[in-house]
Amino acid sequence: MAARKTLGESLREHGVSRRGFLKFCAATASMMALPPSMGPVIAAALEKARRPSVIWLSFQECTGCTESLTRSHSPTVEDLIFDVISLDYHHTLQAAAGHQAEAAREQAMKDNHGEYLLIVDGSLPGPNSNPGFSTIAGISNYAMLQEAVAGAKAVVAVGTCSAFGGLPAAAPNPTGAVSVMDIVKDKPVINVPGCPPVPMVITGVLAQYLVFGKLPDLDEYHRPLAFFGQSIHDRCYRRPFYDKGLFAESFDDEGARKGWCLYRLGCKGPSTYNACATMRWNSGTSWPVESGHPCLGCSEPKFWDAGGFYEPLSAPLGTPGNTLLAAGAAGVVIGGVAATLAKHRAATAVAERQPVTVEELEQKL
Amino acid sequence: MSDPMGFLLWVKGPAFNFALAVFALGMLARLVEIFILGRKTNYAEAKGGEWGPGFKTMLTRTVADPGTFARAPFNVVVGWIWHIGFITALLLFIPHIELFRGVLGIAWPGLPNPVVDAVTAITILALVATLVHRTQHPVKKHISTPEDYLVWTVTFLPVLTGYLAYHRLVNPYPLILGLHILSVNLFLVVFPFTKLTHVFTAFIARWYNGAIFGRKGVQS
Ligand code: SF4
Repeated sequence: MAARKTLGESLREHGVSRRGFLKFCAATASMMALPPSMGPVIAAALEKARRPSVIWLSFQECTGCTESLTRSHSPTVEDLIFDVISLDYHHTLQAAAGHQAEAAREQAMKDNHGEYLLIVDGSLPGPNSNPGFSTIAGISNYAMLQEAVAGAKAVVAVGTCSAFGGLPAAAPNPTGAVSVMDIVKDKPVINVPGCPPVPMVITGVLAQYLVFGKLPDLDEYHRPLAFFGQSIHDRCYRRPFYDKGLFAESFDDEGARKGWCLYRLGCKGPSTYNACATMRWNSGTSWPVESGHPCLGCSEPKFWDAGGFYEPLSAPLGTPGNTLLAAGAAGVVIGGVAATLAKHRAATAVAERQPVTVEELEQKL
Repeated sequence: MSDPMGFLLWVKGPAFNFALAVFALGMLARLVEIFILGRKTNYAEAKGGEWGPGFKTMLTRTVADPGTFARAPFNVVVGWIWHIGFITALLLFIPHIELFRGVLGIAWPGLPNPVVDAVTAITILALVATLVHRTQHPVKKHISTPEDYLVWTVTFLPVLTGYLAYHRLVNPYPLILGLHILSVNLFLVVFPFTKLTHVFTAFIARWYNGAIFGRKGVQS
């Protein structure tokens, strides 16, 4: 493996000021819920970190995740962090195309075997579905993933499609799409879901890896706790309105104008874990709930199939009103029949009654 | 259904619909049967009205008489506490109101969450107390049937899982929310076939009692 520059050297080459760098480290520390005193520690660790080789595979995806990453408020230190990792293969961002590109991927995989980070965006057709649904250079996504995983140190699944299947896996899932986690069992998988994920979360996960040299603590869905540890709802600035029971009932009523809670308009914040509420979007300008739109729950599994975006979280799926009416009607009929039968039984019993006198009974004894 | 989110969608969707169907079918069948069977025709001359005394007794029998209270103060006080707590949490928690809106198309104002939260905590404690009492009190223990314990369980579980879900004490969240809804589904399925039907029949029975006495011109 070629001796790589340390991150500190690269940053200086890129003209990043020490001050800007320390600011980034402080932000990273707070993002990871570490005490501010960890800022300098992170700085020192990052300075010394070697640029890791990163191979980025894009499968059944819309490139929104890459867009999110590249449109992160540039130029910032986060972008440079990306410059200073060695992104050896990313078929949207790299200049090379065709065979050259694939050759670059194979070379990087060989040179950094066992060391590189594999990033995947997009779901892939599962082992039992037609591999032709998605191929790159004639290689099925499944085969390419298996080959790339073999030499990877860890896999980062960026975006909801690669983390949970996302849109391609939504019912009726025509391509038999599965997530990376469904396939990769023998290597650590870190999920960074979101449709797309917050750019700082993608870079933050990489920074965390560089700083601590180990993979982050994960939740049940393999999401880094530092970013996905709290629900949108628990960090939402509209939460006091939820607790007081003050809700916007439509998108332009008084409640909406006053910034009340969007639960009744379908907000999935209570069941969604992501960093939008704390890190926000567009250079920290705003985030969906702040702009007046309910959270769609895009960083959760099956979010496309989890009921209408504008239906409250607790609303049942399907048409329970009809169920209630139909079953109720059937109940009325059954109850009526049961009562009629009971009445009939009683009437027959009376009609067929055969009185017995005490004398007759005694004779029988 | 392989993952917590799939599980949540299943309990919210097909399972909830099934439970609702069993509940509506079972309950209406029982109620219609009760109403159609009615009571034996009374040929005696009526000495008073039925409706007024019927409704009056519906209320008066709801409050325990002093004798009952003196004999079993625990049953009366704790019984009242958890019944009110249960009904408050069921009907006045905002996400529940949204559920009623989804099923019945009607909604009403709710209570602030911290209030419902406190009420729920009290309800849990009261329900646990009723179980302890039932298992410790020699007479109660003797007369308790498996159905009593089943009914206690299906009543307790929705309250407990609701509390756990609200406070996010079990991860991942869709799992505990799913378990909460599953416990409610269980409650709905068991409802028409156990003494839980008293939610409806208790008031009907009280009305009949009052009406019979009213007709006879007696005070109940
Ligand atoms: S707007 Fe959404 S996330 Fe914010 S408090 Fe309301 S329900 Fe929770």
